[in-house]
Amino acid sequence: MSRTIDAVVSPTQTNTIPADISGQMLDLDEDDDLEVFSKDSTLADGNMFNASMPTSPGSMVNQCKFEEDEESDSKDIFITVDNPESHVTAIETFITYRVLTKTTRSEFDNSEYEVRRRYQDFLWLKGKLEDTHSTLIVHPLPEKFVVKGMVERFNGDFIETRRKALHKFLNRVADHPILSCSEDFKVFLSAQAWELTTYKKQGPGFLSRMGETVRAVANSVRGVKNRPEEFTAIQEYVEDFSNKIGSLDKVTQRIVKEQKEYLEELKEYGPTYTLWSGSEEELAEQLKGVAGCIERCCKETEEQVGHLSDTLVPVLHEYVLCAETLKAVLRRRDNIQAEFEAKNEALATKKVDRDALKEEIDKLEDRVEWANNALKGDWGRWQRSMRGDLKSAFLSTAEKNVDYYEKCLAVWETFLLSQRTEPSEETDRDNTP
Amino acid sequence: MVEEGSTLLRRMEISVAEAEKRTGKNTVNMQEIFTVYLIETRPIDAITEGHNPAPDSLWRRYSEFEILRNYLLVTYPFIVVPPLPEKRAEFVWHKLSADNMDPDFVERRRVGLENFLLRVASHSVLSNDKILYHFLTEEHRWKEVVCETGFQAKADSRIKALSATFRVKNPDKRFTEMKHYSDELQSLTSQLLRVRARVADRLYGVYKVHGNYGRVFSEWSALEKEMGDGLQSAGHHMDAYAASVDDMLEEEEHYADQLKEYLFYAEALRAVCRKHELTQYELETASSDLISKKQQREELATGMVRTFSFKGMTNKLFGQETPEQREAKLSLLEEQIVQGEETVTEKTVECEEYVKGAWVDMQRFKEQKDRDLREALIGYAVMQISMCKKGIQVWTNAKECFHKM
Repeated sequence: MSRTIDAVVSPTQTNTIPADISGQMLDLDEDDDLEVFSKDSTLADGNMFNASMPTSPGSMVNQCKFEEDEESDSKDIFITVDNPESHVTAIETFITYRVLTKTTRSEFDNSEYEVRRRYQDFLWLKGKLEDTHSTLIVHPLPEKFVVKGMVERFNGDFIETRRKALHKFLNRVADHPILSCSEDFKVFLSAQAWELTTYKKQGPGFLSRMGETVRAVANSVRGVKNRPEEFTAIQEYVEDFSNKIGSLDKVTQRIVKEQKEYLEELKEYGPTYTLWSGSEEELAEQLKGVAGCIERCCKETEEQVGHLSDTLVPVLHEYVLCAETLKAVLRRRDNIQAEFEAKNEALATKKVDRDALKEEIDKLEDRVEWANNALKGDWGRWQRSMRGDLKSAFLSTAEKNVDYYEKCLAVWETFLLSQRTEPSEETDRDNTP
Repeated sequence: MVEEGSTLLRRMEISVAEAEKRTGKNTVNMQEIFTVYLIETRPIDAITEGHNPAPDSLWRRYSEFEILRNYLLVTYPFIVVPPLPEKRAEFVWHKLSADNMDPDFVERRRVGLENFLLRVASHSVLSNDKILYHFLTEEHRWKEVVCETGFQAKADSRIKALSATFRVKNPDKRFTEMKHYSDELQSLTSQLLRVRARVADRLYGVYKVHGNYGRVFSEWSALEKEMGDGLQSAGHHMDAYAASVDDMLEEEEHYADQLKEYLFYAEALRAVCRKHELTQYELETASSDLISKKQQREELATGMVRTFSFKGMTNKLFGQETPEQREAKLSLLEEQIVQGEETVTEKTVECEEYVKGAWVDMQRFKEQKDRDLREALIGYAVMQISMCKKGIQVWTNAKECFHKM
């Protein structure tokens, strides 16, 4: 485990990285990336942030070029989350989900795994990924509780929404060139329940203590002083983005609400025509026709609202959570830099063992650079993902809306046609009112 | 003057062209603002001959239309008299002002008033009325002239009408059915209009919330480099979508007005049926009065008491009256019987003529209603189609923009 600690605190343990890797690090095609990890046994511990670990600050030039190559032909791991089941024990009731993994990656012993995981396990995984890769952007998990609306954890819709989000979470991790190599991720996918429990017991104690120390230091510091301009720019963007996406989330939910209320009224509207047709003779046919049209439009409206709820709402919600994730990542980066700056200042003032402190400061400085580059690389990747996700969600919504109006149009045109082809009693009539 | 069988509308072009606000003192001498409507008329032959004379015009307010209609109701009780547009805005959904001064309301009322005049002027019976003609042509003395007809006094009291409804024994079955139909028409159209208003309100909400997308997309586009253009233009389309609902729903109001006309027609139809019940009841009352008078004569003449009567009782108790008294009573009864027979004959004729005239007009009304409502329903379908087409256009455009993101 000491290696893991070293990876966190002193990334520049060059003696653990064979020199010939550095050449491959400069060209980060996803396949090559994976090849690196599978070939070299010293790098089998996926926790080591090896691919983007610089041998020296100078080699960070081509750092972290995360190719956006997520075509399915280069995918070698497929994960599905399905089959929610409820488990009842003496103490509690909870839901587990089946996590099915199919992979050709060689760090996995088998090519297929089927395990059951509960929400807590996903939380654990996320925590581990964030601890290990504190300035990488990990896709958000669905929330613990839904604040508004249902708090009922065992409601069918809630479970389904959660299941989809968990599925997306794991797939995003699997798509990430670095996170997918995490040992924790591998264990999560492959270990049996009791194995996972045992695994969980190791490490976290130590790592969380480390985390606490870092945080304690950060808290005692007045904040970062010389934040690089680009991170300030990112922070400002994240702030604004968070506002916008939050607004979009609210607007969309409002639209769903209004649309549902419209649907309720519409359902009562059609029957008023049917009722009236019962009292008429000549008009009965047409009145029933109109009632039928309204009924069919009701069905289409219901479908459209469903689509909105299933497609756009979850994506916007995810990105609201993403914005929070980004803020946390930026904070962690700041803390890393703050720690370095604090120690650096201490060098000037305290009369401690200057050599030991200097060495610590060098490690921290490297850590800062390493963290910055990780974030920069992942930032571009995240932006591309965000664009892709939101574009596709809005496109899908627009397409569905076009489809909705086209279907309603057909309904009314059919009705109109039926009216116009009837024996033209009208054309012979007097035109006076 | 008036050609036989032709309606006023064939000789004269009528329109309610404008509306204006006026101020004046009302009946309790307080300042009020009211709206007046400009009625324009032109003789048709002048137009067809190629001249283009300026129309004659006068201003009337809503209350004067009401007087005209009340006059027609009293004077032609067997006619289903066209209704006026509503006095106050009903079936309001949130955007529509309930204010009578609201320009949209005034405009729809103008259309409704014109529609009323056109219907009356093209009716084979109503169009020949002189008071109507004066209404259209004489601005100032009209009110006095109409009051001089004494129509207000001729109006049947409500109580009289209501009690006839309950007590009539043999109304024409067709009229009873028609009355039921008028009740149903009223409640069904009223329910439909109420729900329609709620649907319109909700639809308005859906469209307007999309306007927020416009705003947020626009703000967001300023943050983004690659997505900026796509978002910005998508935002414009969302704004357009939100704005489009106003015109669509205003158009739908005209459809609602068409239904409202028949909601109010239901009442006119019911009035015709009730009047029948009243005349029938008066006939029945006159008949039974006559019968009882004849019976009394018989009793007096023969001295036989067929049925229980106080007269018979008092006769038994206090002795019969003198021959002179009897003679006097008999001759009075004879007079009454003669009168009664005249009344019965009159009432019978009245009743028969009423039934004939009313039935004809009710048939005419039925055909008109079926035609008009069918057109209205088709118009409604056309409106829905137009709305769908606009929706397709907006979202197709938005889709293009999202592609560019």
